[in-house]
Amino acid sequence: MSEKLLQVEQLQTDFTKDKRKIRILHGVNFHINKGEVIGLVGESGCGKSLTSLSIMGLFKGTSGEITGGNIRFNGQDLTSLNVNEMRKMRGKQIAMIFQEPMTSLNPVMKIGEQLMEPIRIHLNLNKKQAKEHAVSMLKKVGIARSDEVINEYPHQLSGGMRQRVMIAMAMSCNPNLLIADEPTTALDVTIQAQILELMKQLQQQENMSILLITHDLGIVAEMCDRVVVMYAGRVVEEADVFDLFEKPKHPYTQGLIGSVPKIGDKRDKLDSIKGNVPDPSDMPIGCKFAPRCTQVMPICLEKEPTSMMLENERLCSCWLYDHERGETHV
Amino acid sequence: MFQYILKRIIEMIPLLLVISILSFLFIHMIPGDPARLVAGKDATLEDVNRVSIELGLDQPIWKQYISFMGNLFQGDLGTSLKTGLPVSTMFADRFMPSVYLTLLSMGWAVVIGLIIGTLSAVFKNKWPDHLGMVTAVSGISLPGFWLGLILIQIFSVQLGWFPTGGSEGWKSYVLPSITLGAGIMSMLARFTRSSLLETLKADFIRTGRAKGLKESSVLTKHALRNSLIPVVTIAGLQFGFLLGGSVVVETVFSFPGMGRLLIDSIAFRDYPVIQSALLLFSVEFILVNLIVDILYSTLNPKIQYES
Repeated sequence: MSEKLLQVEQLQTDFTKDKRKIRILHGVNFHINKGEVIGLVGESGCGKSLTSLSIMGLFKGTSGEITGGNIRFNGQDLTSLNVNEMRKMRGKQIAMIFQEPMTSLNPVMKIGEQLMEPIRIHLNLNKKQAKEHAVSMLKKVGIARSDEVINEYPHQLSGGMRQRVMIAMAMSCNPNLLIADEPTTALDVTIQAQILELMKQLQQQENMSILLITHDLGIVAEMCDRVVVMYAGRVVEEADVFDLFEKPKHPYTQGLIGSVPKIGDKRDKLDSIKGNVPDPSDMPIGCKFAPRCTQVMPICLEKEPTSMMLENERLCSCWLYDHERGETHV
Repeated sequence: MFQYILKRIIEMIPLLLVISILSFLFIHMIPGDPARLVAGKDATLEDVNRVSIELGLDQPIWKQYISFMGNLFQGDLGTSLKTGLPVSTMFADRFMPSVYLTLLSMGWAVVIGLIIGTLSAVFKNKWPDHLGMVTAVSGISLPGFWLGLILIQIFSVQLGWFPTGGSEGWKSYVLPSITLGAGIMSMLARFTRSSLLETLKADFIRTGRAKGLKESSVLTKHALRNSLIPVVTIAGLQFGFLLGGSVVVETVFSFPGMGRLLIDSIAFRDYPVIQSALLLFSVEFILVNLIVDILYSTLNPKIQYES
């Protein structure tokens, strides 16, 4: 079995609104092996982005805080690190790229200066070496005029170029884990493919792990080794990418996959999952998906299912598979 | 950039012409006859008419305007009706004190305003924020004449540290500049706070933190510069106003600045002085605006002026 790089255990994250604590993540569990690409999928508001921000410890300026569980990275618990230790992790061991390449770069700072920042902090290089490193990173992410680009400002670059710059910045200190939060959502489809291709290529070169947050199942199928499906702040299913697409277990995952239109399908209406994500402050009692589930049973409305290990090391939190529990447990 | 500045300066000329015409018309619309004031209370109608002809006030307005502008282009601002002194001499005594006072007031207001605004934003809803915003609200609300009198009472009368008025030596500038700067400092503090709070929500701030930057670098290298544009706008406007002098503060501190000169001249219908002062203020205002526009482009590289 491969080595675990990141292990998230029973992660609970709360936000405070009007002096009331609202729990957004309710005990999230998953792990990432070294050199593995994990897809984290789910609808908007299911807690995918918050999971990544919890790993990065990026709560400054929000009321969010981790109230339970732990996040082990290379055996070290990130939740127990102080501000300075966590800062040394960010950008060096764990790097992140964001959804909006348009606004994620400082508009009044040259690309080169922004690139050199993490290089100078984490790699202890002087200005000249940092600059050379920055240029070589830009070349690595496929920016041809890298010598000129370092003296340009973000508004002079296209969206795809900016996301390449973001990737160069994230990769500049050779991180073990790259968290990509919807990295291609804001880009044109052709650019999307290029950026994903670049990420895949860099991941294989550096044997880095990627946590890819997305709601695009097409990207998941193309990029990921394993998939974690989240719903209402919980992991509802986790499986190898082939198993998941071939035989989704959880009714929510089935709904997600079913809502992707297929080429050649002739129909007027797309399938969709009925209803909306429940409000975090007003959750149903039993299974959180029960009110929208097409296969709901009486027990679903009363008791929340726990994570069950099914065949092929896949996990699913659904009462439908209660009878299979343990039978195939390895 | 140089070409742009040159273009803007050339553009000032038609603008100033329009301003001069408008202000000339408005000044002559003020009721009251300067010839009567010059001639004195007991002057007969003939005396008044004679003075009027001497001063050229009997001419039609357009002729008066043309002769004023003609002199202006030769560098002659005319002669004060009231004192008989050349207007340029009167300005020479008043202008520099006003400029020094403006620079001092703006200087401390900008520095302290930025510091208070930044601390308030960083410690939002904590005690430094409350303290800073109470200071700012007080600074805006306290009327200048009241603050000036209180400062005189404490620092001049009680402690004897600073003179009560005049413009001799740096000491006489201290109290007026505090009085003038208080409101501006408060305004700048509030603008800095709100602008910085907005910037701190931006995605690139999160990027900075995700890189592992210290919070202090995030603030100084990324947040502050992006927050300065509204602050520079307000500071520029206030700078322009201050150069025009402040009647209230100049009166309280018996400070010989441009503000009181203008008001006295208006009371006396001293047409040449009013006209020249208005033109001077317009030039100052336009120049300050130009400087603000240039500052924009250095603050934000996205703002580029084509020449």
